[in-house]
Amino acid sequence: MTSLALSREGLARVRPGPAVAAVLIALFLLLFLVVPVVQVIFVAFQDKTTGAFTLVNFADFFRNDLFMRSFWNSFYVSAMSVVVASLLALPLAYLTTRFEFRGAVLIQSLGIIPLIMPPFIGAVAMQLLFGRNGTVNLLLREHFGFSIPFMEGLNGVIFVQSIHYFPFILINLSASLKNIDRAMEESAQNLGCHGFRLFRRIVFPLAMPGYVAGASLVFIKVFDDLGTPLLLNVNDMLAPQAYLRISSIGISDPMGYVISVVLIVCSLLALWVSALAMKGKDYATVQRGGGGLARRRMKPLEMVAAYGVVLLILVLVLAPHIGLTLLSFATIWSFSPFPDALTLKHYDTVFVESGQYITNTLLYASLAALLDVVIGTAIAYLVLRTKLAGRQWLDYVAMAALAVPGVVLGIGYLRSFYDVPMPFTGQPLSGFWLILVFALAIRRLPYALRACTAALQQVSSSLEEAAENLGATKLRTISRVVVPLMSGGILAGFVTSFATAAVELSATIMLVHSQSDAPLAYGLYVYMQSAAGRGPGAALGIFAVIIVGLGTYLSHVIIERGRRERGQDH
Amino acid sequence: MNQQFSPASLTAGMESVGVRIDGVDLSYGSHRVLKDIHLDIRPGEFFAFLGPSGCGKTTLLRLIAGFNTAQRGQVTIGGRDISALPPHKRDVGMVFQSYALWPHMTVRRNVAFGLEERRVPRAEIERRVEAALDLVGLKHLADRRPSQLSGGQQQRVALARTIVIEPKVLLLDEPLSNLDAKLRVQMRQELLSLQRKLGLTTIFVTHDQEEANTICDRIAVMDDGIVQQVGTPQELYDHPANLFVAGFLGTANVLEGQVRAMDGGGTAFVIGGASPIPLPHGIEPGAKGKLMFRPQNLFIRQDGGAPRHGHVRLMGVVRHREFLGASIRYAVDIGGQQVQVDAPHQAGDALLPPDGPINLDFAADKARFLRR
Repeated sequence: MTSLALSREGLARVRPGPAVAAVLIALFLLLFLVVPVVQVIFVAFQDKTTGAFTLVNFADFFRNDLFMRSFWNSFYVSAMSVVVASLLALPLAYLTTRFEFRGAVLIQSLGIIPLIMPPFIGAVAMQLLFGRNGTVNLLLREHFGFSIPFMEGLNGVIFVQSIHYFPFILINLSASLKNIDRAMEESAQNLGCHGFRLFRRIVFPLAMPGYVAGASLVFIKVFDDLGTPLLLNVNDMLAPQAYLRISSIGISDPMGYVISVVLIVCSLLALWVSALAMKGKDYATVQRGGGGLARRRMKPLEMVAAYGVVLLILVLVLAPHIGLTLLSFATIWSFSPFPDALTLKHYDTVFVESGQYITNTLLYASLAALLDVVIGTAIAYLVLRTKLAGRQWLDYVAMAALAVPGVVLGIGYLRSFYDVPMPFTGQPLSGFWLILVFALAIRRLPYALRACTAALQQVSSSLEEAAENLGATKLRTISRVVVPLMSGGILAGFVTSFATAAVELSATIMLVHSQSDAPLAYGLYVYMQSAAGRGPGAALGIFAVIIVGLGTYLSHVIIERGRRERGQDH
Repeated sequence: MNQQFSPASLTAGMESVGVRIDGVDLSYGSHRVLKDIHLDIRPGEFFAFLGPSGCGKTTLLRLIAGFNTAQRGQVTIGGRDISALPPHKRDVGMVFQSYALWPHMTVRRNVAFGLEERRVPRAEIERRVEAALDLVGLKHLADRRPSQLSGGQQQRVALARTIVIEPKVLLLDEPLSNLDAKLRVQMRQELLSLQRKLGLTTIFVTHDQEEANTICDRIAVMDDGIVQQVGTPQELYDHPANLFVAGFLGTANVLEGQVRAMDGGGTAFVIGGASPIPLPHGIEPGAKGKLMFRPQNLFIRQDGGAPRHGHVRLMGVVRHREFLGASIRYAVDIGGQQVQVDAPHQAGDALLPPDGPINLDFAADKARFLRR
């Protein structure tokens, strides 16, 4: 007994390393996430002149027609985007998982392509293809005498957003369709159920959690997005209103903060509703020997119809890419279905004029991603492998960044760091480029953290114990055993963070102070403001797509390789 | 289970039907999974498909349910050819190995599902669901979700869900394999009493010979896509048709040797280190085959007296012993071949020492000469 008690004492001996790491991370999160967001909330409830607590700002918000219209517009656009995105995703997911479908893998991959283009870049291309005087409507008017208002006002935002974000639903829904055990369906058939009833009563309810997860993500993303409505010149939505208040009236105007609070509350509400809908519904039902849904063979006529639908959807979701590519090579493209002639000069312009956008982006995004995986790995380790008090809170706080829209974080940074002068120069700290890197890191931290946690969960702690048993210190064990084994997950987390940080606009647009410090997303936004800038803007957009595309592909390759290696180990 | 409940309401008007499988051939690509299967399962019978994994037993069961399609042959239920019917029109109830309870429905909704699909009036559904849940003793858990039930309870829900539609035939795909050992023994008795109450023709797929022996009327032993033998458990154990069946049902001693003509007529099986073992009529001298017998067919003789009438004496050396409690299993070397011998054990009995010589008397009429 005594020896047991002794060894317990020995185990409980506090090692300083984890505690120091935890405190550093906590400080970072406090300074660059908690303080700015709390500042925003605080100011929203503060009287502008006296600084006392007040609800007047909120009363003003709800009494203001423009704000209320913006609120409902944001809500309407988000809900409709979910509907349209579902219409795009459902047939693709259903057809490729339930039927013997040639090219199912290709369709699934093409379906994810929209994600690799920031939606605000696609918006301009979509104007040229589907706008009032875009390709489709010009052709329709010429041949059939009518046009379709795809891009008029809110329609445009809904159209662009649903095409961009529908892969979230496609990925989640396909995954949960694939996770339904074949016996679930067969037992229903055995009891007399078939055809559409089988889908309605068994297959769809079982796939529901995946659908809800994807749909709520689409809702939040659209609700929070700033770039797309700005570029489409739709300003009566919440995120653009917040931006415009701060950028035109100034950082002391309380309405920007009130709108920010409304944005956060709505994000949290959407997350809560989806958590509620999924509560107790972990329906991953594949059992041993199970093989997912049985695939049905289609009749020839069904086959033609199915391919028709799939092709139409694919053309639609690839339209922004096609449009952007055309635009980047076009001399003049206005009031005509297609460009007048093709040229390479836009790429030349971008290289000569805007090289700094690209180098800045590479610098900022890689620094942010590096920060993310270092913090992500550390938090994952602290949470899973130490008994430090309150370690779970690091995870919770880091994940809370998911519910903070980019605009809000940007406003929070402005408010918190504008009055802090830089040493030597005396410039406001909020304009310092490193602050932008921190903002990007905070925005992408949740994704990196999840990747690192997943990677660490797959490393058995007995591997660590073996190293320590053979005489390695804790730090040596982590650097020689744990991190190398996690490297696949860490790398995937890095690449994902890098690629998405590279095209982040909403926080960026608030924090960039000078052209020379601006990243690609900002440059794109500036180019797209003028008709003459569209060509070079599109060329820059193509760079962005290549960066994100390469990143996505790389992380996919890394994850797949890791999966294969683990498969061979067993 | 509730013993007072009368199952008559569930099976009123039902008549047991037989299942016939005629010349069924099934291949996946070039791999032949079922080879010319013929089976005749009688009305009301509890029938097992028994065999090692990969023998085709589950494939055959799924064929009856309509989830597999045979390239050749037909399946008839109660005289009606069902080979071309889709699964939902076959009226055979199947209990899946994983139970396949739908997690998004309560127990009650799971059980009601098949009746709803049959457009049974609401009131009757309520009544029959209650009856079925009562029959499996789960009435009090009707409003739970499957995830809130234990393995044994899930199993009963799966059973109730299947029998409530009053299928013509009940198919059970390794229904006990996901339960722990103790529950398995209990559930197999419950399965049997339920089957007897309902008089439902039942086909049970298992790889566990003990399970099949204890509850099934007849068993089809399968290996490599072929039905090796059909019979009652006792027939299969006592008179296996071949070495596979002999080895799959219980421990078998298999000896190699030659079949020779004996002086006084008849033939005998000759091995090294023992007197010739007389064989029954009909086995010609020089026939290729092996002699199979069970460990309990050998008796250890330490008194040195002459063997009893009909017994043949073998001499050997003890190689290993395993203390099993009720008996001791000795591995004995006889002229270079090993046999297992079971000796009953009483408290205080001494075990035979390893590597000591030993006399074994062998009830020769219990041995079987197997050609393959």
